[in-house]
Amino acid sequence: MSELLRIERASKRFRQPVPLGDRLAAWLGRPRPPRAVQAVTDVSLTVARGEVVGLVGESGCGKSTLGRMVAGIYTPSEGAVLFEGAPVMPGGHKRSPRVQMIHQDPFASLDPRMKVGETVAEGPVAHGIVSRAGADALVAETLRRVGLDPALRNRYPHQFSGGQRQRVAIARALALNPALLVLDEPVASLDVSIQAQVLNLFMDLREAAAGGSGLTSLFISHDLGVVRHVSDRVAIMYLGRIVELAPTRTLYAAPAHPYTRALLDSVPRLGQGRGVFHPIAGELPSPLAPPPGCHFHPRCPHAGPRCRVEAPALLPVAPGQSAACHLHHGGTAAAATA
Amino acid sequence: MSTLKEAPPALEVRGLRTQFPGRQGLVRAVDGVSFAIRRGEILGLVGESGSGKSVTGFSILGLVEPPGKVVAGEVLLAGRRISGLDGAAMRRIRGAEVAMVFQDPLMTLNPVLRIGTQMAAAVRAHDRVSRAAAWDRAEQALTTVGIPSPRARLDAYPHQLSGGMRQRVAIATALLHRPKAIIADEPTTALDVSIQGQILAEVRRLADETGTAFLWITHDLAVVSSLADALCVMYAGRVVERGPADAVIAAPRHPYTVALVGSVPSGHAPGARLPQLAAGLPPRGADGAPDSGCPFRTRCPRATEVCAAPPPERDFGAGHTALCHHPVEAAA
Ligand SMILES: Nc1ncnc2c1ncn2[C@@H]1O[C@H](COP(=O)(O)OP(=O)(O)OP(=O)(O)O)[C@@H](O)[C@H]1O
Ligand SMILES: Nc1ncnc2c1ncn2[C@@H]1O[C@H](COP(=O)(O)OP(=O)(O)O)[C@@H](O)[C@H]1O
Ligand code: SF4
Ligand code: SF4
Ligand SMILES: [Mg+2]
Ligand SMILES: [Mg+2]
Repeated sequence: MSELLRIERASKRFRQPVPLGDRLAAWLGRPRPPRAVQAVTDVSLTVARGEVVGLVGESGCGKSTLGRMVAGIYTPSEGAVLFEGAPVMPGGHKRSPRVQMIHQDPFASLDPRMKVGETVAEGPVAHGIVSRAGADALVAETLRRVGLDPALRNRYPHQFSGGQRQRVAIARALALNPALLVLDEPVASLDVSIQAQVLNLFMDLREAAAGGSGLTSLFISHDLGVVRHVSDRVAIMYLGRIVELAPTRTLYAAPAHPYTRALLDSVPRLGQGRGVFHPIAGELPSPLAPPPGCHFHPRCPHAGPRCRVEAPALLPVAPGQSAACHLHHGGTAAAATA
Repeated sequence: MSTLKEAPPALEVRGLRTQFPGRQGLVRAVDGVSFAIRRGEILGLVGESGSGKSVTGFSILGLVEPPGKVVAGEVLLAGRRISGLDGAAMRRIRGAEVAMVFQDPLMTLNPVLRIGTQMAAAVRAHDRVSRAAAWDRAEQALTTVGIPSPRARLDAYPHQLSGGMRQRVAIATALLHRPKAIIADEPTTALDVSIQGQILAEVRRLADETGTAFLWITHDLAVVSSLADALCVMYAGRVVERGPADAVIAAPRHPYTVALVGSVPSGHAPGARLPQLAAGLPPRGADGAPDSGCPFRTRCPRATEVCAAPPPERDFGAGHTALCHHPVEAAA
């Protein structure tokens, strides 16, 4: 499979608004470092044509920020995002229609004053993919592709159920014939019974595209069960970094990173029996002040002195599987000298 | 246990009905709900959004906002009727004998007051103790829910705590007066999995150790399967299936529960198509309110003509029942 997307050592920092006290201090001549959130740190990842890569992690770990860099909504502070070998063009409507992002909340992401047919046609017309006159046929075809009756094109978003609205959002993205879809928590706001509709649609689209246009996706979710179901490979993020990357089956059967293991253990599973809990100890640290060294060390049962000072790099541990943990690379005892 | 057998349930609800006037007619948000929770028991209440779970919780506590109204039913706390009490009497009970925890802890925490100030006020709302004693009790309660360095947390403002910590504070506040029952509405839905696991473990321990009964409202079946003793599945304002949690999840009988359990991806091979439910609203009668037939028949794969008649309650033993004309047979 050929490479479609390459993320090269991408980082993203956000400035936090400076509180009044700090501004006063700065005004009095005392320098204050800008408060910055390091949302994504030094992430490298490639996605092959036709592949689905799942991106998992807890709230605030940088999943959406990484997704937005891929979609060209954010520009990396450092590093690069290459799509078909060329840097993703940031900025507004000039963004490449070849990368489309679907957002978590189908209520917020659709314009309530636009009929869904207009919503689906808007992008292709703006990008000159179809003429206004030709848009009708494209809208009908695209609505059919996501399993909606084209006759519903004149309805407004509020006249649809949550699952249907998410289909409309997917149709809007598909109408641009993208090569890469970034799905940011596409089913998180849906009831389980409706979630199945959207996941089935996603798998159908993927199979339909496998021969022809090749639908490639970055599938963001905090739900390990959902990601396991739809992904070829999975990347686990913790506080801005990818800590493990592996083929789906390997990741769930033989997780290499202590955080991945703890995460898999802490998720309640249907039918695992009552009262069986293996929670991860400790709090999720603030991304404003992440712990030094390995970000996971305050919660890690294996942490050693090296973990407190040296951030582990994401390195191969098995074929196709990488983990960022000193346990696999030289041990946790002493800080490396060379 | 045998000595407790004769004791009335910690919380019992009988025939609860709550309605809201709606544009298209009456909304029967809660339409004849009954259940009982024993001391130390956790009852999971599941169902999709809009099925009436939250309104059930609000109705028990007398917190339904007008024009909504509890039109029928009884609520008994350790055998004592609390439904129909006047506002003042209800306020004396709420927070002391029965308490509520919401999805968003900021709903109950005041952003401009220190945690300790708020918790001490909650103590003194029902007990005449000194300020210092109230702070001590608040500290104790924080310790109970597993908050590290509780004294320091008492000095913090809500925004200085993580979401998981705030939810623990909310649970600790609910526990201050050792209530007979706590109603928790989607309390871990907004939390991360690693934090959710910690809270579920604490709640299970609290129920076992303090005897507090919990009504745990959620749409997450995996959560109730690991936490709850018993389960009620709600659809369109009614409990359509109930029973021991493991029995209902291992062998669901109502077609709606079957669909709920079946649509969880982890029960299927990766990439397999998941059983999906069509969308659909309960059929409405002439007055705009749902009719007396099975409300699920617009979406049910097993529906036949008889389903337009009120579904009977089927009994599968050990307290496992379902409201259905054609319940699903247990897999052999
Ligand atoms: N525009 C922004 N300005 C400032 N900080 C931001 C901005 N966007 C994100 N952040 C911060 O960057 C970090 C990563 O955020 P991001 O939205 O990528 O997390 P996430 O993994 O998608 O979380 P969730 O699961 O809650 O959606 C967080 O600390 C967040 O507060
Ligand atoms: N304040 C209200 N006014 C009118 N209808 C309401 C109000 N609160 C809830 N409802 C309706 O009652 C039903 C049940 O709601 P709710 O108990 O919140 O569902 P759940 O908690 O199961 O998601 C829904 O049809 C909802 O729209
Ligand atoms: S590097 Fe150290 S602290 Fe980090 S996960 Fe590995 S063992 Fe744990
Ligand atoms: S009563 Fe009929 S429609 Fe209702 S759940 Fe049972 S089979 Fe389905
Ligand atoms: Mg996000
Ligand atoms: Mg609710």
